[in-house]
Amino acid sequence: MLKMAPLIPEIISPEYNYLVALIVGLGFGFALEQAGFSSTRKLVGLFYGYDFTVLKVFFTAGVTAMIGVVLLSHLEMLNTDIIFVNPTFLPSAITGGIIMGAGFIIGGFCPGTSAAAAAIGKLDGWAFIGGATIGIFAFGEVFPLLEDFYLAGNQGPLLFYDVLGIERITFALILTAVAIFAFVATGMIEDKVNKKPVHILSGNWKKKTIAAAIPLAVVLLIMITPSRKEFTMEKLEARAAAGECKPDLIDADKLAFELMNNYYHYNVIDVRSPEEYEEFHIATAINIPLDDLHSTAYRELLNQRIQTNVFYGASPAQAKKACLVARYHGNTTSLALDVTAEDFRNTFYGEINIPENPTKSEQTVALFRRRAAEKMKEIEANLASREKPVQKKVTRVQGGCS
Amino acid sequence: MDQKNKFMNPYLAGVLLGFVLLATIYITGRGLGASGAMKSVAVTTVKATSPDHYESTAYYQDYAADHPDGPMKSWLVFEMLGVLIGAFLSGALSGRLGLKLEKGPGVTNTTRIIGAIIGGMLFGFGSQLGRGCTSGSALSGMAVMSFGGIITMFAIFGGAYALAWFFRKLWITR
Repeated sequence: MLKMAPLIPEIISPEYNYLVALIVGLGFGFALEQAGFSSTRKLVGLFYGYDFTVLKVFFTAGVTAMIGVVLLSHLEMLNTDIIFVNPTFLPSAITGGIIMGAGFIIGGFCPGTSAAAAAIGKLDGWAFIGGATIGIFAFGEVFPLLEDFYLAGNQGPLLFYDVLGIERITFALILTAVAIFAFVATGMIEDKVNKKPVHILSGNWKKKTIAAAIPLAVVLLIMITPSRKEFTMEKLEARAAAGECKPDLIDADKLAFELMNNYYHYNVIDVRSPEEYEEFHIATAINIPLDDLHSTAYRELLNQRIQTNVFYGASPAQAKKACLVARYHGNTTSLALDVTAEDFRNTFYGEINIPENPTKSEQTVALFRRRAAEKMKEIEANLASREKPVQKKVTRVQGGCS
Repeated sequence: MDQKNKFMNPYLAGVLLGFVLLATIYITGRGLGASGAMKSVAVTTVKATSPDHYESTAYYQDYAADHPDGPMKSWLVFEMLGVLIGAFLSGALSGRLGLKLEKGPGVTNTTRIIGAIIGGMLFGFGSQLGRGCTSGSALSGMAVMSFGGIITMFAIFGGAYALAWFFRKLWITR
């Protein structure tokens, strides 16, 4: 099974992290200097309209990396649930940003570019680094006064597309289109300010069109192709429909019987939404919504040797799907409940009527179900205080500028 | 611009930078940064020059707790060492090395240095308040579509645009 990035700490040991830092720093510094970011006049050109290099490099880099992240995630090669996402604290982000903007126009650099400039001998680059260090020291000294403001409005690792209420890939498409539009517009402005004939739309327009079309095409491809997860599910379902790899079923009475007698052999998993789970769930069940079942965070949980997984959902089909997912990830003993969660509830906790003049077996079943209901309630009550492995245990990578 | 040693095509440089950032995220799960390394230097200086103050200030102690092996043993310090080496190599390859000062046409060397120091101070201060600078917050934030990161990006560039007119004498007019 393919392991998902980030490679550190699971695939590459964290001890190499500093070496990785040095190497990516090398690439970062090289790219900054090659782009011309060691030149302060090139940098501030953005704000006076005579040189838009910063915008071109910055936006191209951001969009390239963003499309890369979305593509790797689409191919299930990168787990975007655990990569570092800068947390959102709007008051401090906006105020800090404006102060940085002032620093940019007065000092002519930002921290990364000042380092690139200093490295090739620019004295103003060194002066800026010195100033930045003093500024950071000053912040540390006045921090107690600013602490409340600094911590105000915490929204956690909020994502832009969630704020807009759109799909991630739609946001990627919009941002890519905005970037291309900005490149054309600033190309025109740049030539006008420098009193040159506007050449952005003339000249080698074929090359330019291809350059603009490539990122858009990648984003559109991601949009129209199924993700690896969807693709796998489709394949699994097709195989199941063809009669291959049928998930094994368990019926409600059998499950109740097993729970009454040796529940510790079973790992009952509710694949409905957390709300549905809260409302009712089978005794001992944990909740992993079907969409999350692919997450690497649950691999270990699904592959416990001593326990048999029993999946159930809002429909038998949902339970079967979950069973197939588990099977795909290496678990061969998973079972699917052949009735819905609602049916299970009615069978045991609904009214259990014994018909008049019952047959012996009807009577046995009714009595069994009553007893099972009580016993399952008891088990659930006993387990109520246990630690529930419901929450994802994988934490986000720490990052940012601290 | 009468540069003899031409810079790389900005879009090509952008793609290169984008791939560096993508590789960083792929390998380490985090983005690039810059101001954090300067923070390490600031904290180290405080620790060396005024240990009592260092011990008694919560801000530095929080930092020490995050960096148990000392303030210089930080991911961003190593990354910035790489930046210095990488930029130096690039400058050497393109023939741009040399002790120089770049400034607007109507500015003295002293003004430029003072401007760089004051600008640096503001940027350093703002980067702490805004939880990251152009690299760590704006660029890396954009790559992972962080709301806060992209807002910070707009605030940085918006702030600079809004103030550009007032500081035009530093850069374009005599």
